[in-house]
Amino acid sequence: MTGFTPNEMMTIAASRALKNDDVCFVGIGAPSAACNVARLTHAPDITLIYESGTIGTAPDVLPLSIGDGELCDTAVTTVSVPEMFRYWLQGGRISIGFLGAAQLDKFGNINTTVIGDYAHPKTRLPGGGGAPEIATSSREIYITMAQSKRGMVEKIDFYTSFGHGEGGDHRKRLGIDTAGPTLLVTDLAIWKPDPETKEFTVVSLHPGATREMVQETCGWAVKFSPALEETPAPSELELATLRDLKARTDAAHKRDAAAAKRGSKDG
Amino acid sequence: MAKFLPLAHAVAENLRDGDKVAFEGFTHLIPTAAAHEAIRQGFRNLTLIRMTPDLIYDQMVGMGMAKKLVFSYAGNPGVGLLRRVRDAVENGFPNALEIEEHSHAAMANAYEAGAAGLPCAVFRGYRGAELAKVNPNIKPITCPFTGEQLAAVPAVRPDVTFIHAQKANRRGDVLVEGIIGIQKEAVLAAKRAVVTVEEVVEDFDGLHPNLTILPRWTISAISIVPGGSHPSYAHGCYARDNAAYLEWDEIGADRDRFRAWMEENVMRAKPEDFAARVEGLRAGASLRSVA
Repeated sequence: MTGFTPNEMMTIAASRALKNDDVCFVGIGAPSAACNVARLTHAPDITLIYESGTIGTAPDVLPLSIGDGELCDTAVTTVSVPEMFRYWLQGGRISIGFLGAAQLDKFGNINTTVIGDYAHPKTRLPGGGGAPEIATSSREIYITMAQSKRGMVEKIDFYTSFGHGEGGDHRKRLGIDTAGPTLLVTDLAIWKPDPETKEFTVVSLHPGATREMVQETCGWAVKFSPALEETPAPSELELATLRDLKARTDAAHKRDAAAAKRGSKDG
Repeated sequence: MAKFLPLAHAVAENLRDGDKVAFEGFTHLIPTAAAHEAIRQGFRNLTLIRMTPDLIYDQMVGMGMAKKLVFSYAGNPGVGLLRRVRDAVENGFPNALEIEEHSHAAMANAYEAGAAGLPCAVFRGYRGAELAKVNPNIKPITCPFTGEQLAAVPAVRPDVTFIHAQKANRRGDVLVEGIIGIQKEAVLAAKRAVVTVEEVVEDFDGLHPNLTILPRWTISAISIVPGGSHPSYAHGCYARDNAAYLEWDEIGADRDRFRAWMEENVMRAKPEDFAARVEGLRAGASLRSVA
């Protein structure tokens, strides 16, 4: 078996959760890589949507931003941003919203707004962007992030995007009829919410990961499923697809950078 | 009715101290040249409105031009944080900055309400989201028919909107292609609109009938600034300068380096300098498979 990194395992495990008939609203970064690996392996007909309005996009390289030209070039259609959020997201057309997180709690609530107090923040983060409504209007939410004690915390500083709130039926009590976070994929494990409490529970450890490693990199007391499984290692096809995609992306960004430099020198 | 003007005149005629102004462009077609001209002319006390403030608002905030920022994602797209905006919010440098923060859905709806002549936008949003607690401009509203609780935000009505577009025709109609973002709504919501374009063509005859076109009577002024979106891109003209976005993370992180960069690349530069900045990026403008 070829070696692989925890990050590669994370992306590939996340990609496996996506189905061929999913309509997926893709967050930038780790979600974007996972969604495109899914498209290039087992889910060739998956519809990938980025919030810049590109519907059914099939980029050859991973975009740096959610609005790269590559996304528009390869899309079935490109719509305006109001249409994106009104007809397609609010209209209930999205099966999976795929988000990353700066700060996450055990109920899948996400903070990407501030560290510290909102009015006087210690660190001002970019903010929610599309996430607050993606989190409640998509039928389900998948989250992917690398584990760290800074990132996975007992209490988030700001509820940018609502997950399961305080757990249990909190979504229902707020009148939110979508499922919310149903999957968390980290670099060490696959987590699913407990059916009752909605607390994220480890259901599968990635090859080489241990319970101790998961707990050491997580800020809350981790619960493990009694039927704990081991995540199947990446197949050669999955690994080759991800590495090719990353290599194409790096090469394209380097080429662009070189071209930009040449241009400004010539000018 | 659209007048063709040099950029310095178009900005001077349409922007005033204290204005509510939107320089819109959702990652694509960002009106960088117009923002740089506004910086050179030294406007003050602006309320800067934009879904994704990114580099140009980082620059304007860093130069002390803004009293308030209305936004939904204050990041460097795909790179990280906006260091000058952070410095203003966290440390009040160079001046304190009031913020009104929304989600993308709210801002998009608010621009659309502005274009539609409505006082507010109603949408299903902010459910469980804490922004509704810290932003008094987010209010609950009950549907009079179903009783569903929805969110309302005030319409966005800028005094002036700046956008960049691929082309105008000689009459002054403007064509926007690719990721059209919020360009059309931002223009129609504003009292005045200034458009920078890559080029002027004779007419739009024979083009697809459903293209996004802003008729000349919706626009105050047009300036021809090839490359005027750099380091953003203009679909079909030149590619995004991703390296410049990465580099900005370092430039913006340091107050002195920021001032030096602004002095060299903005204060002592001209709109005509943008053309050379995109020269090397023109080959990357079309489908990569062709390249």
